[in-house]
Amino acid sequence: MDSIEMPRVSRRSFVIGAAAAGTGLAIGLKLPPFGPDVVRAADGSPEVTAWVVIKPDDTVVIRIARSEMGQGTLTGLAQMVAEELECDWSKVTTEYPTPGQSVKRKRAWGDFSTGGSRGIRNSHDYVRKGGAAARMMLVQAAADAWKVPVAECSAANSMVTHNPSGRKVSYGKVAEAAARLTPPKDVPLKDPKDWKIIGKPVKRLDTVDKLTGKQVYGFDLKLPGMLNAAIMECPVFGGKVKSFDAAKVSGRKGVKKVLPVGDSAVAVVADTWWQAKTALDALPIVWDEGPNAKVSSASIAEINKAGLDADQAFVGNKAGDAKGALAGAAKKVEAVYAYPFQNHAPMEPMNATAKYTADKCEVWVPTQNGEAAFAATLAASGLPADKCEVYKIHLGGGFGRRGAFHDYVTQAVRIAKQMPGVPVKLLWSREEDMRQGRFHPVTQCKLVGGFDASNNFTGLHMRISGQSILASVRPQAMKDGMDPATFQGLAPSGEFEFGYKGIPNYLIDHAMRNPHVPPGFWRGVNINQNAIYIECFMDELAAAAKQDPLEFRRKLMAKNPKHLAVLNAVAERAGWGKPAPKGVFRGLAQMKAFDSYVAACAEVSVSGGNKVKIHRIICATDPGHAVNPAQIERQIAGSFVYGLSALFEQECTVKNGRIEQENFNTYGSMKIAQMPKVESIVMPSGGFWGGVGEPTICVAAPAVLNAMAAAMGGKRIRSFPLKNHGITLV
Amino acid sequence: MAKLNINGKVHDVDVEPGMPLLWAIREYAGLTGTKYGCGVAQCGSCTVHVDGAPVRSCVLPVSAAEGKKITTIEGLAVNGVLTKVQKAWLDHEVPQCGYCQSGIIMAVTALLNSKPKPTDADIDGAITNICRCGTFQQVREAIHAAAKA
Repeated sequence: MDSIEMPRVSRRSFVIGAAAAGTGLAIGLKLPPFGPDVVRAADGSPEVTAWVVIKPDDTVVIRIARSEMGQGTLTGLAQMVAEELECDWSKVTTEYPTPGQSVKRKRAWGDFSTGGSRGIRNSHDYVRKGGAAARMMLVQAAADAWKVPVAECSAANSMVTHNPSGRKVSYGKVAEAAARLTPPKDVPLKDPKDWKIIGKPVKRLDTVDKLTGKQVYGFDLKLPGMLNAAIMECPVFGGKVKSFDAAKVSGRKGVKKVLPVGDSAVAVVADTWWQAKTALDALPIVWDEGPNAKVSSASIAEINKAGLDADQAFVGNKAGDAKGALAGAAKKVEAVYAYPFQNHAPMEPMNATAKYTADKCEVWVPTQNGEAAFAATLAASGLPADKCEVYKIHLGGGFGRRGAFHDYVTQAVRIAKQMPGVPVKLLWSREEDMRQGRFHPVTQCKLVGGFDASNNFTGLHMRISGQSILASVRPQAMKDGMDPATFQGLAPSGEFEFGYKGIPNYLIDHAMRNPHVPPGFWRGVNINQNAIYIECFMDELAAAAKQDPLEFRRKLMAKNPKHLAVLNAVAERAGWGKPAPKGVFRGLAQMKAFDSYVAACAEVSVSGGNKVKIHRIICATDPGHAVNPAQIERQIAGSFVYGLSALFEQECTVKNGRIEQENFNTYGSMKIAQMPKVESIVMPSGGFWGGVGEPTICVAAPAVLNAMAAAMGGKRIRSFPLKNHGITLV
Repeated sequence: MAKLNINGKVHDVDVEPGMPLLWAIREYAGLTGTKYGCGVAQCGSCTVHVDGAPVRSCVLPVSAAEGKKITTIEGLAVNGVLTKVQKAWLDHEVPQCGYCQSGIIMAVTALLNSKPKPTDADIDGAITNICRCGTFQQVREAIHAAAKA
């Protein structure tokens, strides 16, 4: 291992950054007394591998590259490393390596991106190897000290034992020597049947500080000499600042500066954020609203509607001859669904803190992707990578808003650049957060199903029309003009494999229509509305065929046994086929999302034609391996809050080119009184790694909608949210 | 200049009287456990106790809190000993991201003070906080556990 040095950060700011992050940013500080070939934590403790630091008192510090935003990945990843390290779980702590260090060390910690439910499933191999290699080095170091063959030694519970003699030594005592060894090349991993920490519902490592107010979020950061900024960007996307009258507010108490941020935003910097915010509210700003100032939800909907019957469309999945089958059908069923723009609305609005000087730019930010925040810092500061650093702060929710987008980092750096040497904390108001989202894309879907004269389901055409995320956010990921992410849950194979490959003829295609409203990945994103489209239509088809919805699906799922297994699991638990309590109706849905198989059964009653009560949800997931079943259950329960809030209450409407909703009073979110009882079935079948944070959201809405239709005598609602139809969740 | 009694300590804060209590707590007293989530009394992240009653501090003017006893999340545990609500939260692992939990814990603490054995309906009526991670199932379990403790 090469010795490395900290980037040029003053000791003082280093310590501040470390304190703000809540853990020691304990990386690579070269301290001469310990010799040249060991990478050191800030306190001098040796790094055994990039993933593992062991202190003399046996404390194990596990490096976590992904971001914790509530989903539990910090604990799950620590379990993965600890399993192979054979360490004492009670001695485990964690810390985030910084993106700047990652760049210096050729991405020693791999990908920092925490989205797409990838935190564990995309890094399980190399983080476990990081733990296993460290264990092998610790055992080797002990064997060397004892001058015994390494094969005679074993490791458990942070101790190395020489088996023939019974001699023992703790990890903390041999870590220094272990860190000097060459890491092994061949690093075998345990058989899953031997796991002791993975698969167990161990307690989260990050709970206590969240109960006492001690946990520091980006909003809470304090740095010496720090000022606070409030910002407003042109509410019409693509618009610019024409002028602002700084003199009107610059004399207000605490106000330090009124300044442009890029060409589309204005910020006020003041001693406190309240001073900055109230001054910004009073600041006259004239916008050049640009070419989109006349766009409305209705005009976008018209364009998407036209796409439903357009000739050109990208084919995402097909089998047989769907158009031929439908042309020859004895009976056809047709339905059009529509899904709105939605905001992520994490509880903590967007924010970032930046400090800029001519030879250093530092950013403190709650981010789902430290490397992307780092890239934004480089671009906005104009400084090279060795003069930039990003410190990740705990997130008050992310849901995708803080992953692919770092507009708030760009803004914070642009502000700090105009006030060199002064740390500036930029906080968005909730209103700014609602207006400047990266919205769940807007689509419509027309589905046509055909039956032959014998009532056999013969063909399906599913035409999606509307917005592509990748065209806007990651155009390099497009495939010959097609956005594969549009087809989540409908794909021919892979992590979003379609579950009804038994349909003899099907065609699933996308007429891309991109409005000016910026789209984003949104906890699950397209799987959510795709699940509504296909799963509600499955019930419509079953009703048209006068068949039971479960039996109808089963006949189409012979090629999808794992999809079917989770569906069967919820049906069995719910007592499908047996009578429900009086007035209660059931609905089903299944999907494959982020490589996990998920299904739900909802039990619902509807009173007065518009008041929906959800009595019970049963939700099953097969994520391959269940790293922490207790946290998976929490993600499942929480996903129904997220998914049903979206279904019942959430829509961002567009008027005059801008988003109309500005706060939770017009963009509602479920309360505890509406929360149904969620029963989880975690049924890992092994052999693959599926995601957890997002997949189960997608079955929430269609299961409830199918139960509602059953309760309402077959009446279907096909545009969302349900509040637009006067329907409320009680 | 306003005098605010927060967690038993008097803070002299030089603010305009119309400023919401939330910002006096966060930016003048330096207690950041109380969160900003909406600024319009919708989400409850800013909930504190004023003379024992739960209030949404983002819309309560500082002037209305003068001379009263304000308790924030930092004022619950005494000498690091968690309250029964905090203990139940720990045992049931309620928080996910945790940002809204200060406000929920304050609302629940006030509920249990006035109603030591709340029914589910009591909980539904009293706890109207927003949690985007969706911790409500654990919140309900933990409330009942705290009530039994």
